[in-house]
Amino acid sequence: MTQVFQEQFARTRGSGSPTWLTALRESGMARFTEVGFPTLHDEDWRFTDIGPIAKAAFTAANAGAAVSPGAIAPFTFGANEGVRLTFVDGHFVPGLSLRPARLAGVTVAPLSEIIDTPAGAALLAQRLGHLTPVEMTPFVALNAALFSDGAAVHVAAGVADAPTIHLLFVSSGAAAGTMAHLRNVLVVERGASARVVEHYVSLSDGEYLVNAATEVELGDNAELTHYQVQRQGAGAFQLAAIHARQGRDSRYHGFSAAIGGRIGRNDTRTVFAGPGGECTLNGLYLARADQLIDNHTAIEHREPNCGSRQLYKGVLSGRAHAVFNGKVLVTPEAQKTDGKQTNRNLILSDHARVDTKPQLEIFADDVKCTHGATVGRLEELPLFYLESRGIGPVLGQKILTYAFAAEMLTSLTIDPVRAQLEALVGAWLE
Amino acid sequence: MLEIKNLTANVGDKPILKGIDLTVQAGEVHAVMGPNGSGKSTLAQVIAGHPAYTVTGGQVLFQGQDLLALEPELRAQAGVFLAFQYPVEIPGVTNAYFLRAAYNEIRKAHGEEEMDPIDFLDLLEEKLALVEWGPEIMQRAVNFGFSGGEKKRNEILQMAVLAPKLAILDETDSGLDIDALRIVANGVNKLKRPDSATIVVTHYQRLLDHIIPDRVHVLAGGRIVRSGGKELALELEAKGYEWLESGAEALA
Repeated sequence: MTQVFQEQFARTRGSGSPTWLTALRESGMARFTEVGFPTLHDEDWRFTDIGPIAKAAFTAANAGAAVSPGAIAPFTFGANEGVRLTFVDGHFVPGLSLRPARLAGVTVAPLSEIIDTPAGAALLAQRLGHLTPVEMTPFVALNAALFSDGAAVHVAAGVADAPTIHLLFVSSGAAAGTMAHLRNVLVVERGASARVVEHYVSLSDGEYLVNAATEVELGDNAELTHYQVQRQGAGAFQLAAIHARQGRDSRYHGFSAAIGGRIGRNDTRTVFAGPGGECTLNGLYLARADQLIDNHTAIEHREPNCGSRQLYKGVLSGRAHAVFNGKVLVTPEAQKTDGKQTNRNLILSDHARVDTKPQLEIFADDVKCTHGATVGRLEELPLFYLESRGIGPVLGQKILTYAFAAEMLTSLTIDPVRAQLEALVGAWLE
Repeated sequence: MLEIKNLTANVGDKPILKGIDLTVQAGEVHAVMGPNGSGKSTLAQVIAGHPAYTVTGGQVLFQGQDLLALEPELRAQAGVFLAFQYPVEIPGVTNAYFLRAAYNEIRKAHGEEEMDPIDFLDLLEEKLALVEWGPEIMQRAVNFGFSGGEKKRNEILQMAVLAPKLAILDETDSGLDIDALRIVANGVNKLKRPDSATIVVTHYQRLLDHIIPDRVHVLAGGRIVRSGGKELALELEAKGYEWLESGAEALA
């Protein structure tokens, strides 16, 4: 099976890359060859059977699938959209992108465009593959070896008025059994702030693989609002890793929505590399039929006075399966850590399944860390309250389920994302 | 309008209502009073169809229709409204959405068209004035983070919008300061129509200073032990409930 990847690697590697990139690709391939696909025997994958991915023989998706602007219109952010890079099947498509001529202090470019340039080397050589080490997961290693493109975002120190940056990744379904490996690097320098949306969408319900890895660096006192929205087709497999490094007093507001795909797995990790930082990792997942949605988060408190908040909520129906694993590490240096983690699951059927596990590893003594997880059905009393107002149980369940999920949307500050997700949640319930 | 005949109900295996008979005519206000644990809230909730109670016997006819045979939402659609003692918080659902959904479900049940959001806003404006509220309240989640008084006002607002034929106020006065009490009572009084009826369930007489009942019933031990005119409420206020409870035992 890994033969497929080896062959693809041979093609990717030989494409005249800068030496630092070739070294990264080689280390990624070496790592993946060494560890292979995870199995149920691996602690981090014990509830997540990726057998269907391991068994499939994906081929790298070709560029050039015909996708019209109309086809992606439902995924765009409307008239006020500022910057959009659109990738189809792992390849940048200028004609579907929006790139203002001048963005003061802000660089937004496809890797394919800048990776060979001096500016690209300056931005990427010490970051790409360094922020997110190939050891993070086997899929990250594979991504390092095979990524075809992705976005580089750089916001210079002090720049606070950058427009929302929309990274749209479209799976066209033009060819069956394809794979796309995408790599993004987001750098927000000291005192700057930015808003970035990674948006994974599909025009097909066929079987394909999307394997994304996003590296994030926040300078001192920087702020990043970073949403990742996964709305793949029913036959899709998506793996997405985020690895963030937060400088002193920086603020990272992460939000993940996972709605589509047959198997969706997110690995999100943030490391406090300076004191006083804050991070929020919120998530919403909706799973039906035989979907498997897995969220693994890790927050590493390695410096004092940092705060982290996590709230992941999921709604499951059919035979869907959700996994949540939230690890919070507090090292001995990380005094005055304030961490809170919550995972709440609403089950709408008898056969849905949830495996939720907090993992607190605390080695400092002056900290405040809490966690909680719930798995349950709709409560009787709110349903009766609605019934007593003339709203029957079928509509009542929809209203209450929507409300459960929508709690995760009210705090979203990027309006078009919130509006799209509200509509998606509503449609999901129909 | 409402005819209750020998109604008995349990929570689990425990009998709470032990044979209630009560008749309410259109245009009337009835007060149901009684000490804690007498069954007065149970009576209110059984009429609305609360799932915590099992009816073990008797009959409830609403406009000649067997109310107990109907699911709770059908009772509401038929015109029964319960103002909850403890209104339920529903985070994530705005008051505006909730009220319009309820209003439209009831309209649909009567074969009427749904009202669109714009027209509904006009209707709301008028009803909000009744409880002395501005439109901001409509964007808040239903009862979520509301004070005790706000929750009770919200119940009256719902009642105003849904315009029930039979409104049952379950201890709507509990936890209200004097201003909120005035607003709630004023709302109820203004909503009275010749073709509707109101049952006020209360522990204290003070709400009945504002909502004048035509009849007062005293519940003790799951039975109505006395009925009378509005002066009965004053008598209870003066004497307390103890003399009645001993009377109920004597009757039992």
